[in-house]
Amino acid sequence: MHLIWGNLLRKKTRTVLTLLSIIVAFVLFGFLSAIKQALTGGVSLAGANRLIVRHKISIIQLLPVDYKRRMEKIPGVAAVTHQTWFGGIYQDPKNFFMQNPVIPDEFLDMHPEMLLPAEQKQAWLKTRTGAVVGRKTADRFHWKVGDKVPIQSSIWSKKDGSFLWEFDVVGIYEGRDKNTDTTAMFFRYDFFDEARRGGTGQVGWYTIRVNDTAQAAEVAKLVDAEFENSSYETKTEAEGAFVQAWAKQIGDIALITASILGAVFFTILLVTGNTISQSVRERTGELGVLKAIGFTNAQMLALVLAESCLLAVLGGMVGLGVAWLLTSRGDPTGGMLPLFFFPAHDVLTGAAFSLALGLVTGLFPALQAMRLRVADSLRRI
Amino acid sequence: MSEQGTSNGALVDVNGVEKVFHRGSEDIQVLRDLHLKVPAGEFLALMGPSGSGKSTLLNLIGGLDHPTRGTVTIAGERIDQLSDRRLAAWRARHVGFVFQLYNLLPVLTAERNVELPLLLTHLSKSERKKHVATALAAVGLSHRAQHYPRQLSGGEQQRVGIARAIVTDPTLLLCDEPTGDLDRKAGDEVLSLLQALNREQGKTIIMVTHDPHASARASRTVYLNKGQLTREPRD
Repeated sequence: MHLIWGNLLRKKTRTVLTLLSIIVAFVLFGFLSAIKQALTGGVSLAGANRLIVRHKISIIQLLPVDYKRRMEKIPGVAAVTHQTWFGGIYQDPKNFFMQNPVIPDEFLDMHPEMLLPAEQKQAWLKTRTGAVVGRKTADRFHWKVGDKVPIQSSIWSKKDGSFLWEFDVVGIYEGRDKNTDTTAMFFRYDFFDEARRGGTGQVGWYTIRVNDTAQAAEVAKLVDAEFENSSYETKTEAEGAFVQAWAKQIGDIALITASILGAVFFTILLVTGNTISQSVRERTGELGVLKAIGFTNAQMLALVLAESCLLAVLGGMVGLGVAWLLTSRGDPTGGMLPLFFFPAHDVLTGAAFSLALGLVTGLFPALQAMRLRVADSLRRI
Repeated sequence: MSEQGTSNGALVDVNGVEKVFHRGSEDIQVLRDLHLKVPAGEFLALMGPSGSGKSTLLNLIGGLDHPTRGTVTIAGERIDQLSDRRLAAWRARHVGFVFQLYNLLPVLTAERNVELPLLLTHLSKSERKKHVATALAAVGLSHRAQHYPRQLSGGEQQRVGIARAIVTDPTLLLCDEPTGDLDRKAGDEVLSLLQALNREQGKTIIMVTHDPHASARASRTVYLNKGQLTREPRD
């Protein structure tokens, strides 16, 4: 261990610079993982037994509210509810978050991952202007139960022509899992439908819960067949696919992150590989002495690999730690990326990457050290 | 050192050795039909002009290289037939090397440098520490144990090199120009140390040198010229 540390610290500036470049790479890895999680995380939290039914042309086209009754009759459908995109802001355009009108008991039944205390649910059922807000948004705007909150819709006006809507906060819901989005606000559809000027009797999309997950594809086909050749044809897909399509509006996140990380790690591979190779070349004589003393080829291989792995793993751990600290402060955009965090499985992948980086960068110089002929290397001192 | 395990009474038996190096299409014969026997407990000086093959011969005796032809037997064991892996283990057990430029690892203290060969043994940490202390005491450098090579004089570095060579109590000490990089005073100290190891501890030493003053300390001197041994120096 003394020898490995000593060799790494022999050229401190070079080692520190290499270490810094590895740290930066892994911080970037952490950040990109968090962004990817934020943009696609909803896919994994989407209920496997839930389908989304939207207008065949696009999500912004509305569907009739009475489709619900017809969907409930389709074999395999356990429950149906709907949501509509409200597109509002609180005080300032930068304070954007999702607000949707829903039917409270149906909605909560459909989304067991959203936890609302029973008394708050009762309050919601009793209050027509009532809204429930996710914990993150409540904390962000310092809202509490009993507050009256004005929301300016960019789509829906009231019958008096005003786009400003006022809601009573009657509940704050928590997420069952870390992945659950708690940035949204939900309010009552009956109040919304009665108060809005246009679009009465229409909704944004439906969520269906199926009896049997294995039959989900079959049910989706039946739903679309039910409304085929009508003025409002539908497209039904799994909730995960729906969320993924939503995220893909800004591009293939996985491909973008993989491309950036690929370029970064390839560069780091060259930088670290060069450092280790140079370090081995500089002490050919010393390696020859170790062999003369009796160190075997395998021990020489292990010695150099240990150096490269120590450097890469140390840099990797520090980088992942920094990324963890930075991302644990939450969404840096103030609401655009509600699921922004560094997932534990990506931390483990990063740790494995760092070890792989050490092995790959150390392999060639380690083989060089292993194949060194003692007599030749001693002549090179 | 007992005579047990020796070949015909000699600890080192080099028999009919040839060594040819290949450089491109050219073959360079460095050693020709060379015979050398070194009894256990002898302090042998090996002299000769540059390029005469002294270091090559030392490398063959130390198991650092293989002869092109002939046999090298040390303490009854044919080392020219050993694989690289077994040869490494053999060197760790039987040979201590002392180099002209000391070849200490600059990133390790004197103590850690001396400890290096012991890392290849099964000794515990405390046992290794004891052996290192003994070896450093033998070369008179106990007080410099925590110093790095750059903090030591040339003579002191070479004494650390000798401590490293003797710490495993090897069968054979091979010294390649051990005083070649030292001033006369420091060189004398190193030669006295080698002489003491030979006389008091019975260490068998083979020393390559250019310096007649150094060879005078040995119990026997042989000369190497154009790859062959002679009793007297030749022009």
